[in-house]
Amino acid sequence: MSTQDIARHTSLKVVFYNDPKIRSLFFQVLLLVAVVALFWFAYDNTVANLKKRNIAQGFAFWNVEAGFDISQTLISYSAASSYGRAFWVGLLNTLLVSGLSIFFATLIGLIVGILRLSKNWVVSRLAGFYIELFRNIPLLLVLYFWYGAVLSSLPEPRNSLSIPGDIWLNSRGLLVPRPVFLDQFWVVGLSFAIAIVGTFFLLRFNAKRQAATGERLPAGWISMALILGLPLFIYFLVGQPLGFDLPVKGRFNLTGGLNLAPELVAMVVGLSTYTAAFIAEAVRAGVVAVSKGQSEAAHSLGLNDGQTLRLVVLPQALRVIVPPLNSEFLSLTKNSTLGVSIGYPDLVNVFTGTVLNQTGQAVEMVSVTMLVYLTFSLLTSAFMNWFNTRVALVER
Amino acid sequence: MKKIIAAAVVAAASFGLVTAASAGTLDNVKAKGQLVCGANPGTAGFGVPDEKGNWTGLDVEYCRAIAAAIFNDPTKVKFVPLSSKDRFTALASGEVDVLVRNSTWTMSRETTLGVIWAGINFFDGQGFMVNKKLGVKSATELDGASICVQQGTTTELNLADYFRANGKKYSVVTFGTSEEALKAYDSGRCDSYTTDRSGLAADRLSMAKPEDHIILPETISKEPLGPLVRQGDDQWLNLVKWVHFALLIAEEDGITQANVDAKLKSDDPDTKRVLGVEGKFGESLGLSNAWVVQIVKAVGNYGEMFERNVGPKTPLQLARAGNALWNKGGLQYAPPIR
Repeated sequence: MSTQDIARHTSLKVVFYNDPKIRSLFFQVLLLVAVVALFWFAYDNTVANLKKRNIAQGFAFWNVEAGFDISQTLISYSAASSYGRAFWVGLLNTLLVSGLSIFFATLIGLIVGILRLSKNWVVSRLAGFYIELFRNIPLLLVLYFWYGAVLSSLPEPRNSLSIPGDIWLNSRGLLVPRPVFLDQFWVVGLSFAIAIVGTFFLLRFNAKRQAATGERLPAGWISMALILGLPLFIYFLVGQPLGFDLPVKGRFNLTGGLNLAPELVAMVVGLSTYTAAFIAEAVRAGVVAVSKGQSEAAHSLGLNDGQTLRLVVLPQALRVIVPPLNSEFLSLTKNSTLGVSIGYPDLVNVFTGTVLNQTGQAVEMVSVTMLVYLTFSLLTSAFMNWFNTRVALVER
Repeated sequence: MKKIIAAAVVAAASFGLVTAASAGTLDNVKAKGQLVCGANPGTAGFGVPDEKGNWTGLDVEYCRAIAAAIFNDPTKVKFVPLSSKDRFTALASGEVDVLVRNSTWTMSRETTLGVIWAGINFFDGQGFMVNKKLGVKSATELDGASICVQQGTTTELNLADYFRANGKKYSVVTFGTSEEALKAYDSGRCDSYTTDRSGLAADRLSMAKPEDHIILPETISKEPLGPLVRQGDDQWLNLVKWVHFALLIAEEDGITQANVDAKLKSDDPDTKRVLGVEGKFGESLGLSNAWVVQIVKAVGNYGEMFERNVGPKTPLQLARAGNALWNKGGLQYAPPIR
């Protein structure tokens, strides 16, 4: 019997202000109005106060010449560029360092997390030591360590350390060969894309075939051959359209190549080694959460260790791993703002630092920066939630 | 219901409905019983706390001079160390009453930040420091160098201007604080470190081996440094401005920490006005007429402050140069007290 039925049956005339529905609606509207009014009031008051104190406001500065330089720029930028351009430079630098660190942190975290569960006592203890060490040191110190301690022990440019593969290491950064793509390289790229699409169809076909006949092709080997072999074959066929600009040692300095600044290297190494410790724990928790009976059952069905991990344990473990992974990615992105302490030109360093100070418009800068990080976080969350629903337990 | 109203009032107040008084800073300072002064977190000779937490330096003594003028007690100052990045916001938001922190007077700062300079207590210019072993003798040889710099300064802009104007290349590494920039320079990340020359002299002393570093001869900018206050309070601006002028006039008239009591008996009419024996100049600022006596007794005159903190006999060994009085070939000039 629903609420309406009760109301009809009892035929009690309820005064409108005693109607729970109207009441709840009234208070919700009231709360909403109060919240909106509070924000409007805060905004209006800020504007009035800034005006009263002769502090500039608005976004007129956006197209004004910046007049300062930035050490690492992914898009063309000079001191003659605008503050707006400096914003995008900072934003892209933040995305670069977060993206690279998320990739390496996940990789290291996955490996360390699985090693932590190894039956080899030494290996599992070493992994445990790594996790405990990095989980219990503040990130800022980890960054200072990688930047300060490691950097200052590196030689100056004219005494650069040589690493096989034309890589040089010195106190100005890591110099690696810069790939130079020649005209026909797009064919290789295309063949790589074709190989990936082909692999996708192969996997679908294989799954169908297995469902119908119970037989499996060695899909892993075939797709690996396809993805690696096809582009490689095409690469040699069109005459190796890829060159390398190698760093060359000159009298004072190294020239050529691609210079990865120590700030970027320290940020990526620091952020990924730190976050990897947390990811490793999430991975371990996920694997441990799958009851032992599952792998025993898989083994008794005749699956080997690899198949058990891939087909039985990991799909179930992912359900536990993905939600904490999401928050690790979010904190990593937010932690990248510590870059300012070691001179990495991320958004906070460039925009909330230099631009804020040159224009003096703190309210605008901080609002825009907050909005950017909010957007990053919400997008990451949305993606991880989508991924989570894909791996979540399908309840029937 | 009463509770709700109270909560609303508190919320409204915290959003700044009751604005920090932009007028009446002097009354606020008197009511608080101390001057809150924005200071340099650590530049030897200008503002630096010693092991016991006592602040010393030229800028620090300006704060003490203002406190002495108001309270006749140079110790009634609370120093708030501020980074370059945060200093103007701290002043504009009312966190500090006055900012004396090697801050360069520029047009854009005065027209957009809501602050106003009260004078120039140090004429400075930007220079470069390099390690001796580089063999660089002049800034013109810095083509292709990497340079460490502190964020939120005119230094960042001058640096870009200098290399643009001379058509030379460089790479900049920007840090949040001068300590971090200096540490990176020391560890070999940069060929050169740049800031105002006075700052370079101080920073050089903080290096592990000061003798390994040299300051290049070129000065690439004008850096007029001085105390500044919030806009909109002319009484307070006048007070800070005239404390600065009083320090200069005291030097001009030969009034020192040692002879100030004797000078009270002087027959010179100008000295009589300055020391409040005649006229009511102190009262017109909202102070006692003996305000200059109080200042000089506490910190001495401008020349004494300079010699004590940054002069040739200190580790910084800075010459008076542009900071000498106008009648001794310098730029320091004060309008008369009359």
